Amino acid sequence: MRPANVLHLGIKELRSLWRDPVMLVLIVYAFSVSIYAAATVMPETLHKAPIAIVDEDRSQLSARIVDALYPPYFMPPVLITQKEMDSRMDAGLDTFALDIPPGFQRDVLAGRTPAIQLNVDATRMSQAFTGSGYLQSIIMGEVSAFLQGYRASSSPRVDLALRARFNPQLNKSWFGGAMELVSHITMLAIVLTGAALIREREHGTVEHLLAMPVTPLEIMVSKVGAMALVVLLASTCSLLIVVQGALGVPIEGSILLFLVGTALHLFATTSLGIFLGTVARSMPQFGILMMLVLMPLQILSGSVTPRESMPRFIQFVMLAAPDTHFVKLAQAILFRGAGFDVVWPQFLALVLIGAALFTLSLARFRTAIGTMA
Amino acid sequence: MKADAAPADREATEQLLARLRAVTLRYRRTLALDGIDLDLPSGCLVGVICPDGVGKSSLFSLVAGSRKIQSGTVEVLGGSMADPRHRRNVCPRIAYMPQGLGRNLYPTLSVFENVDFFARLFGHDRRERERRIAELLDATGLAPFADRHAGKLSGGMKQKLGLCCSLIHDPDLLILDEPTTGVDPLSRRRFWELIDRIRAGRPSMSVLIATAYMEEAAQFDWLVAMNSGQVLATGTPAELMRKTGTTTLEDAFIAVLPPAQRDAYRPVVTPPGSAMGDGVAAIEAEGLSMRFGDFTAVDGVSFRIERGEIFGFVGSNGCGKTTTMKMLTGLLPASEGEARLFGRPVAPHDLDTRRRVGYMSQSFSLYGELTVRQNLELHARLFRLPPEAIAGRVREMAERFDLGDVMESLPASLPLGRRQRLSLAVAMIHGPEMLILDEPTSGVDPVARDSFWQIMIDLARRDRVTIFISTHFMNEAERCDRISLMHAGRVLASDAPAALMEKCGVTTLEEAFITYLEEATEEAQARPAPAAAEVAAAMPPGAAGRAPAADAGFFSLRRLLSYTRREGLELGRDPIRLALSLIGSLLLMLVMGYGITLDVEDLPFAVLDRDQSTLSRDYVLNLAGSRYFIQHPPLADDADLDRRLRRGEISLAIEIPPGFARDLRRGTPVVVGAWIDGAMPTRAETVLGYVQGMHAHWLASLARRTSGAVTAAEPATIQTRFRYNPDVKSLPAMVPAVIPLLLMMIPAILSALSVVREKELGSIVNLYVTPVTRLEFLVGKQIPYIGMAMGNYVMLALMAVTLFGMPVKGSFGVLTAAALLYVIAATSLGLVISSFTRSQVAALFGTAVLTILPAVEFSGMHDPVTSLEGIGAVIGRIYPTTHFLTISRGTFSKGLGLADLNAAFVPLLLAVPVLTILGVVLLRKQER
Repeated sequence: MRPANVLHLGIKELRSLWRDPVMLVLIVYAFSVSIYAAATVMPETLHKAPIAIVDEDRSQLSARIVDALYPPYFMPPVLITQKEMDSRMDAGLDTFALDIPPGFQRDVLAGRTPAIQLNVDATRMSQAFTGSGYLQSIIMGEVSAFLQGYRASSSPRVDLALRARFNPQLNKSWFGGAMELVSHITMLAIVLTGAALIREREHGTVEHLLAMPVTPLEIMVSKVGAMALVVLLASTCSLLIVVQGALGVPIEGSILLFLVGTALHLFATTSLGIFLGTVARSMPQFGILMMLVLMPLQILSGSVTPRESMPRFIQFVMLAAPDTHFVKLAQAILFRGAGFDVVWPQFLALVLIGAALFTLSLARFRTAIGTMA
Repeated sequence: MKADAAPADREATEQLLARLRAVTLRYRRTLALDGIDLDLPSGCLVGVICPDGVGKSSLFSLVAGSRKIQSGTVEVLGGSMADPRHRRNVCPRIAYMPQGLGRNLYPTLSVFENVDFFARLFGHDRRERERRIAELLDATGLAPFADRHAGKLSGGMKQKLGLCCSLIHDPDLLILDEPTTGVDPLSRRRFWELIDRIRAGRPSMSVLIATAYMEEAAQFDWLVAMNSGQVLATGTPAELMRKTGTTTLEDAFIAVLPPAQRDAYRPVVTPPGSAMGDGVAAIEAEGLSMRFGDFTAVDGVSFRIERGEIFGFVGSNGCGKTTTMKMLTGLLPASEGEARLFGRPVAPHDLDTRRRVGYMSQSFSLYGELTVRQNLELHARLFRLPPEAIAGRVREMAERFDLGDVMESLPASLPLGRRQRLSLAVAMIHGPEMLILDEPTSGVDPVARDSFWQIMIDLARRDRVTIFISTHFMNEAERCDRISLMHAGRVLASDAPAALMEKCGVTTLEEAFITYLEEATEEAQARPAPAAAEVAAAMPPGAAGRAPAADAGFFSLRRLLSYTRREGLELGRDPIRLALSLIGSLLLMLVMGYGITLDVEDLPFAVLDRDQSTLSRDYVLNLAGSRYFIQHPPLADDADLDRRLRRGEISLAIEIPPGFARDLRRGTPVVVGAWIDGAMPTRAETVLGYVQGMHAHWLASLARRTSGAVTAAEPATIQTRFRYNPDVKSLPAMVPAVIPLLLMMIPAILSALSVVREKELGSIVNLYVTPVTRLEFLVGKQIPYIGMAMGNYVMLALMAVTLFGMPVKGSFGVLTAAALLYVIAATSLGLVISSFTRSQVAALFGTAVLTILPAVEFSGMHDPVTSLEGIGAVIGRIYPTTHFLTISRGTFSKGLGLADLNAAFVPLLLAVPVLTILGVVLLRKQER
């Protein structure tokens, strides 16, 4: 391999990209507005959850419970009748509907342990699950506090001091912003290399390249290198300006270390892009193929839901995906301030996956290139 | 036109085909038309000859109405082309065949289907279509190839097919931009016969034509000579020759050139080749064969080319010239036989040989995104010219090929002739010992062609460069030392041009060539060609001709459907795409259905137990015993706690203080510390809830155990009912949400690519020059993708019901109706994105960015849209996915019907026309 050839071909790749202003605008959009919007869409943990209450008790205690539900966690509760409850939930107006039975306060005071019915719209996913937990503790808190006024509690006094490390307020925008950046990095890397290869094929320029004294290795290294550089630049700007600046995420660890990790991740994903580019015969095929690879990579990498909770088999398979390791190292470095001593296994994994993907793509590229001309 | 225009003036205009006044056109820095004033007479064959090609194609596209007028006025067929209404009216009367080999064709469609598409677009009925297509294919000699894909045709055959496509609808004005460039002499002769027959049948038809062949131009009725974007002279060929006092048109043409260019012109002289044969042949081919499937493209070709020889390859279109050349360069491995360059067998990875060879392919294959200079420099570097020599060499090439003034332009803005010169310059930049040139002079004007040949002759004679060239110009073939005549994959004859003519007993090489060809074709098929008169009789004199008048209207279902049919055919030709989209959707649904779980389980935790009492262990057991947590080895100290949290090894750390049991018994307040990894906030929240719950549970059970009294029992309970999903499983919550997601992304990407693809590969020009409107074009192309997406929907719904066991509790009809509206909206969104992107790469990335994020994050999949904040909330409210998600969950999980869901239908119903109109408005009907 001659470095000079790689350099010149790489410059050609960058110039091609530069000639597509719409693409440049889209890249800027993806790494700024898109990340900002994704991060700020859910600013609070539980936010403005719509709730309705059927207060059949109309007592001091039930009023106290109603008053305890207020923004930003909940929308101001709507007081409804029992009849309205079902239709409102069907229409999706409320995520929660609380039914306080008649004689609730009386029964509490009498120690008869009455039950409040909480209806949750389980199709609402995360809001339903976290929200019901919140509601339980708020209601029980109010009931206990109410009781305190009547009799001294004999329960043992053990307090639980809960502290969240690395993100004390559990601010979702920190996580959302960083993980959106991670997913855009993967997507852009795959699109740029894979689609650029198919474009060359469709325009007949691959044939032209092949008649010149350059090797497939040089062509591939130049594509991988140039496109990785573009994505690295975009992600650096995005991390500094959008994530750290506009979103105000305190980055715990070393940005440089994260960028080195990003470079390794790009090595793997750009190779993956080339591989997909050699498999697909046309751009539409590539488009679907890309989605087919991209969605599982993003969803199962641990950036949406925790890895530990996935089925064992999926956890195992996803160890082969670069995203899994990148997400892990991104979380460790950006939020937990981990150093190289902690994240080296992920770095190693990325190097290995990258090398494997690169070798595989190069082999495919070499054989596929003959049929491109 | 002004009302007070003189009647005589108007009359004059009506007799004119076109009238151009002060027309100027520029592409960024390049001036294409420089204040042209031109009147074109109607009812005759108007030819445009143009040495440098500057402005000719621009002129044609302005007259055809495919390009936007920048300044000046263009009147065609009695009205201004700036007026969209007039354009719409005259569009069906104009046929335009753009320059370039088959740029407006659809490569995956067969020859027949391509012509059929245009026939349908212009609204002929079935019988008429078949008759016309058969006739045209027969006349152009394409009939035997009717089923071959257009993409697999040779350059010349594509030209013929392009011609068939433009002739299908009896136009009043036929605009042909270099139709015979790259077409072999026999086909060219047939082509002109065809034009003559058509004109005989339709005398009122005007033809505007550009050609690079002077002998063809001499036959035209009226000529326009152009140069550097200006009109040099107009008139009949005889007038031009008289004016310039010359005897041939070629000379006349050179005479009207500006002095600087005229003086630079030198007639080409070929000195006889010096003694050749110094042992090692430059190129040797022995029994080369190439088979694609059961089609033999090249059949046992052998030849030997000496060093310093100029060897020509002449043959009919599609005879295997290009394939042979590709085998010699190592681009295609030969099925049989052997080829040697400089005595070494051709090997695909032989970089040293490649450095000694310059290759120029038939179609333009340089980088359109790089400027002329950047292209030249890139190739100089790749061929390892010494860095200090590059600038000089680039300058030298620019001078030689007269590219000096366009060095900073993009190749796309250059006329074809100049692009070819650039390709040649690139092929020669490294001073190769051998040049393999595949029709290098196609589309190059005569003057430039001569100067190019002068260079080649110099190279061959002075520097002993071997030149292997294919051409359709017979005067070029005559300049070769030896030529091979090829037909149908075989070499018919191989000798010096003079010897060949002698053998046939004719005086021109063209006749010799045609003699050989006709001999070969008659041998192959003893079928007499249809007599000219017979065909002429079959050609209707415009009687059965014109399509119904209703055509010119705003909207025609027929045109729309012909686009639908065509797009459907292309889609059908790509079963992999169809399969991928279907299997891909199902696969993604599986992955997401099983992979996205909101049940947070098996969380790793560890304990720092500073008390080590029975009670503290009981507290830990309470946690460890649940299904939510998995206990890891205990923590040693604070540092260990911090380290393991930082590593992400544990999500929760519990610290029990010293004297925990003692203080608890004494009733002294005790604090248990819990540290949660907050890096992933949703998970942290769940952990928070679990820990609080278990803490309370432990306290309650402790109280029961110690006091034994019921008084310590909880004062009240909360019965939580998870409705629509009583077991709180992720699957039932996910599946109805995944369907909208998948029905958005894949259809949007495919529809976006379908339009941008046409833009990138050139067939968008059919939108510009045929009467199809933007709405018909977009909706027509959209329909197959809607169909495909509905197929995906049915499969996804089926999978949800069977594999995931999610019955549709509500009305399936409502869900399907909503799905239909939704996929229309999704594909329309793709079309909107396609209208502002120019490259497929950008369309792909843009669609991905503009669909994945809003569909996954802003449409209420995790949290209801009402709870969202910021820009995302605004997008979420109007995004179609939001509303289809409501319907999907409503019908799948809640058992709702139309009455309950009509609020969600309204936005979907609105989205369809809004997005469609947006797409139509943003798409341009003319090229800028």
